[in-house]
Amino acid sequence: MGFKGFILKKAIAAIITVVVIVCVNFVIFRIAPGDPIRMMFRDPRISAEQLEEMRHKYHLDGSMGEQFVYYMKSMAQGDLGISFGSKRPVLELIIERVPNTLMLVLTALTCAIFIGISLGAFAGWRSGTKIDTMILSTALAFYSIPTFALGILLLLLFAYVIPIFPLGGMVTPAAGLHGFAYLRDLLWHMCLPAFTVTLWYIGEYVLFTRSSMMDVLHQDFILTARAKGLKESVVLRTHALRNALLPVVTITGVNLGFAVAGVIEAETVYSWPGAGMLVYDAVMKRDYPLLQGVFLLFACSVVLANFTIDLIYGYIDPRIKVGEG
Amino acid sequence: MRRFKRFLRTAGEFFHLLFTHYMGLFGTIILVIMISGAVFAPFLGTIDPQMSGDFENVLVSPNANNWFGTDDLARDVYSQLLYGTRISLMIGLVAASIAVSIGAFVGLIAGFYGGRIDNVLMKIVDFVMTLPHLPLLITLAAIIGPSVWNVVFVVGGIYWPGIARVVRSQVLSIKERPFIEASRCIGGSNAYLMFGEILPNVVPIMFAEAVLMITEAIYAEAVLSFLGLGDPTTISWGSMLHFAFESGVMSSALWWVLPPIMAIITLIVAFSLLGTAITDVMKPGYKEMRGF
Repeated sequence: MGFKGFILKKAIAAIITVVVIVCVNFVIFRIAPGDPIRMMFRDPRISAEQLEEMRHKYHLDGSMGEQFVYYMKSMAQGDLGISFGSKRPVLELIIERVPNTLMLVLTALTCAIFIGISLGAFAGWRSGTKIDTMILSTALAFYSIPTFALGILLLLLFAYVIPIFPLGGMVTPAAGLHGFAYLRDLLWHMCLPAFTVTLWYIGEYVLFTRSSMMDVLHQDFILTARAKGLKESVVLRTHALRNALLPVVTITGVNLGFAVAGVIEAETVYSWPGAGMLVYDAVMKRDYPLLQGVFLLFACSVVLANFTIDLIYGYIDPRIKVGEG
Repeated sequence: MRRFKRFLRTAGEFFHLLFTHYMGLFGTIILVIMISGAVFAPFLGTIDPQMSGDFENVLVSPNANNWFGTDDLARDVYSQLLYGTRISLMIGLVAASIAVSIGAFVGLIAGFYGGRIDNVLMKIVDFVMTLPHLPLLITLAAIIGPSVWNVVFVVGGIYWPGIARVVRSQVLSIKERPFIEASRCIGGSNAYLMFGEILPNVVPIMFAEAVLMITEAIYAEAVLSFLGLGDPTTISWGSMLHFAFESGVMSSALWWVLPPIMAIITLIVAFSLLGTAITDVMKPGYKEMRGF
């Protein structure tokens, strides 16, 4: 199978997954016991006619089949419905928040990849020593602590006990900052949430790089490289680490589903106005269209991320490219 | 009888290995303490955790009456903590059992029958694994409504694919072994082969996975309750944090926030230690390495 065939196959699989997700999304929101409109407008003063009108407005009248056709049509047009809470289009609400989340995730991911891979490679190289045990157990500990618990702890520690960081939000409210001062304020607000998410991501990278590094270091070509008299640093960097990183690339994609969880928790704890925070708002207000939209966003971004990782993998793994020539 | 004795000997050996593994020992000790706390909660100086106290007892710092102080409704934090252990453990164990049962069943069927059935089941497994867990959990919990059993079913219904994969790969190798052939020759039905012959051989691997699954389930319950999707009629660690977080007085009532956080972390770490130790102990060659 050539590289093009590989991409095509992965792309078709990704598209099918997205379509299934869209259908599942429709089903999930119809298995709710009771009437979503009734749940939303609990006020008994609302008359039956008004409810009927509401139902019509949100396209919740008609048979399941009609609803499904309408739903698929609007999905195809990129219409995710109107939020119950703020009465604005869901897509608009989500698009507003996505850059904030991306900023947080990409910062945390970059930090975690660099620190995690370095620590993991070092631990794998020095496996069995005290420093390896130390790195490994610290990584495991941060990996198993729930992100929201870690977030609250860090928040209490660095915002209340030692007040060096803000309590939450993205910028100082009503400060009217511009340019460089605004950027500094933003970064200052991002420190704690990004640090929390980073700590959580790091564990994964340390564990994977370490075990991958240990596998590679036992192989013959490392022995050959050492026997050639190469410096240990050269052996590590150009021979061992390069090969050890292959499986690490894959987990970046595979674990994005879990990564999303960390973001929702961190954003909620630090009131970071991203898409994760939107989940919390939607849950609190029982805003089903919004919840549906955000779920779709997260599910699709995970599929997209997996697809991207597949592409990168297809590019760096020589075994996939062989069939091309 | 002989079978039972053999089982006892294997179990004894297993626990000996586990308790000489320092992670296993440490995890077990923490768990025993926490489980005792949950079981004997009524006898450990607790009061009704739901009972609101007097108005002047709101947010009292730790003292002789309220060992860990009180919350914003003057409820005793220490009692809430101990009774919360029950919810976390219960949801963790039941949800993990559901996930393991579904996963084992799907894995057995897929691995045993192979072919098209395997293909379809594994497609479903892959699909459920692609879905981001927490958003799915939150969405489902928000829709079917907050209650302990809903949380259990939602968590159990989402976390099974991992187990299914592990079991399937085990079944694939076990079903090729001679004793399965032999059992089939003397007239063992498919169902007997699957549940009577193959399943017992998969159980050890499932056991390690199940313990790790419990940490996932406890984590999931804690997050859901923290986000306000827990059962409003019971108190769990997650819901304690939810109310503390929502109250806005978190910073001045550390005695209210820190205990549930520490409890969640301790319980999850204890189960992860135990799970890691079991995985180690079950590895082929571990016994020999330790001189058995």
